[in-house]
Amino acid sequence: MTVAADAMRARVVSSWGNVIRAPHAIYTLRTRQDRFPQLTGAATVLPFGNGRSYGDSCLNVGGALLQTRGLDHFIHFDRATGRLACEAGVLLSDILPIALAAGWFLPVVPGTAFVTVGGAIANDVHGKNHHRAGTFGCHVCRFELLRSNGERLICAPDAHVRWFEATIGGLGLTGVVTWAELQLRRIAGPWMDLETIRFGSVAEFFGLCAASDRDFEYTVAWIDCLARGKRLGRGLLQRANHAGPDGAPRQVVSELVHARRKMVPFVPPVSLINSLSLRAFNTLYYHWQRAPQRRSVQDFRRFFFPLDAILHWNRLYGPRGFYQYQCVVPNEVARDATRELLATIASSGLGSFLAVLKRFGSGRSPGMLSFPMEGVTLALDFPNSGAGIDRLFTRLDAIVAGAHGRVYPAKDGRMPASLFRSGFPRWREFEQYIDPAMSSSFWRRVMQHA
Amino acid sequence: MKRTLIIGATSAIAEATARRLAGRGDALYLVARNSERLGAIAADLGVRGSAHVGFEVLDVNQMEQHEAMLQRAQASLGGLDAALIAHGTLSDQQACEASVPLTLGELTTNALSVVSLLTLLANRFAQQRAGTLAVISSVAGDRGRRSNYVYGSAKALVTAFLSGLRQRMRPFGVAVVTIKPGFVDTPMTAAFKKGLLWAQPDTVAAGIVRAMDNKRGTVYLPRFWWAIMLIIRAIPERIFARLSL
Repeated sequence: MTVAADAMRARVVSSWGNVIRAPHAIYTLRTRQDRFPQLTGAATVLPFGNGRSYGDSCLNVGGALLQTRGLDHFIHFDRATGRLACEAGVLLSDILPIALAAGWFLPVVPGTAFVTVGGAIANDVHGKNHHRAGTFGCHVCRFELLRSNGERLICAPDAHVRWFEATIGGLGLTGVVTWAELQLRRIAGPWMDLETIRFGSVAEFFGLCAASDRDFEYTVAWIDCLARGKRLGRGLLQRANHAGPDGAPRQVVSELVHARRKMVPFVPPVSLINSLSLRAFNTLYYHWQRAPQRRSVQDFRRFFFPLDAILHWNRLYGPRGFYQYQCVVPNEVARDATRELLATIASSGLGSFLAVLKRFGSGRSPGMLSFPMEGVTLALDFPNSGAGIDRLFTRLDAIVAGAHGRVYPAKDGRMPASLFRSGFPRWREFEQYIDPAMSSSFWRRVMQHA
Repeated sequence: MKRTLIIGATSAIAEATARRLAGRGDALYLVARNSERLGAIAADLGVRGSAHVGFEVLDVNQMEQHEAMLQRAQASLGGLDAALIAHGTLSDQQACEASVPLTLGELTTNALSVVSLLTLLANRFAQQRAGTLAVISSVAGDRGRRSNYVYGSAKALVTAFLSGLRQRMRPFGVAVVTIKPGFVDTPMTAAFKKGLLWAQPDTVAAGIVRAMDNKRGTVYLPRFWWAIMLIIRAIPERIFARLSL
């Protein structure tokens, strides 16, 4: 018995934030040569990788999803030049051990390695080295875009350029990426030279950042999002470089890769992340490190993907799920806007364990809808607690809009259409490249007339 | 480094197993019907670390080709340490009930082609006095059920054949491994509704590699199927005949 590649069945799908759970018709790509499926019944379809987008940008409620995880083959890896070609459903966590064993590393990694290459392109993800390396899309040599009319475009910085620019950060709306070729970067081993420095205020963060971004490839700060008044914006800055070849023996790579992970086994009836657990955690975390500055050597997984060690950590937020709010504000107004954002969050008493502050560099991404821009980005998780959270988000939106900043679509499940359009002025240009068979819950939301 | 021949290499379980073998540097020779997919899988296994990947396109029902294929595999790998026979089709039971040719065709693919391959491989491995023969049978072969007894009886033949072969090969130091997966979430079973009993191909693959390395006799994968099948086999026929499993 053979099953057609585009067999369709309905399944309940949720994104990482678990706020929306809705049935979708499911189509599946099994090989990169598969034809674009014939849609029966559903009006639109959206490519779906590993479902790590937080809000509704990877969902298409009322329509269909096109699963790409089956496209998980490597195509070619030149161990001398670091060029790697693979299908779009390959996870970054699959690439890293293979790259590391040959002395290479992904040029940009987001906070989780459990994203597909297609997803990393569609959201033009960034990492702790944005000030040096730019976004993921800056390192994509080329990819194939399969359109619903059957057309296959090989897009590159010098071929089908407009499609290349529309698809990087294009939220899966321009077609489905079937494979991509990436340029990896050389490293000596899996270890990171890490310094953790305590800072007491927003002003201190900015000073420390300016000093660190010069000498360190990776910088990121954790913020105590509940600290107020004089302590507002206190936190810990992590800055790191890849360690030299004498870091550790090579066989450790496979041990790191095969280390067992913990798991949150089920969804607790209520969110375990609440104002009590939050305040205790943040205060403890800030004071855990006694010395104001500490040096250590850490393996790459603990440094880049601390939460990947706990599978299904999103379940901690309970059955109602959670939102992430990630915004960026330009440098000129960054200090004031950051202070205002943090003060607003602290006085709300809502927030998360992992509030993250990071300075973006001036490197421009090829994507029309790429999120990063020169400035400072702030990211926080919030349990979905209803009306209170809506009021907070509305106030944060106003600060971001006033600063001419933007909110990250990959994390978003609720920004108003007006904020999207002011943050991403190239949306009109982008719109021309949307595949007529494609749509998403996110896109319909931000295209509504506000 | 081991040199392993994989028949039915585009099947989800075989591919997951091949990835694990490639990851530790083993050399592989892949056989399957679909040349496009076979080429993609071979390239993938090369990137994943396989020391050598050879492949050829073959329909296993062309049994007169088996000997030549084995020679090519041996030449490509410079010898054979193990073989994994993983091909198969999940028969459409109702269609088989209405058609003798279809039923016999399913039995040919799932049983007779395996017998042919095993006979040739066993003689080679006996001669070299070493080797591991692993075959993916199925829990469906443990007892015929109305929902899939054509597939099940083919697998029953394979299981019985392997058990005899294991006795015969023992003096030669050749391991014969019978693998009995339960429900596995693969393209072959895409049309089924999935529940708690369903396993991922990679979980089963991990068990296959372990069983081959340890030269086990019969393994149920995942292991709990051993208990389920113990109960299924223990039901008296007079009661079993009334069930609609």
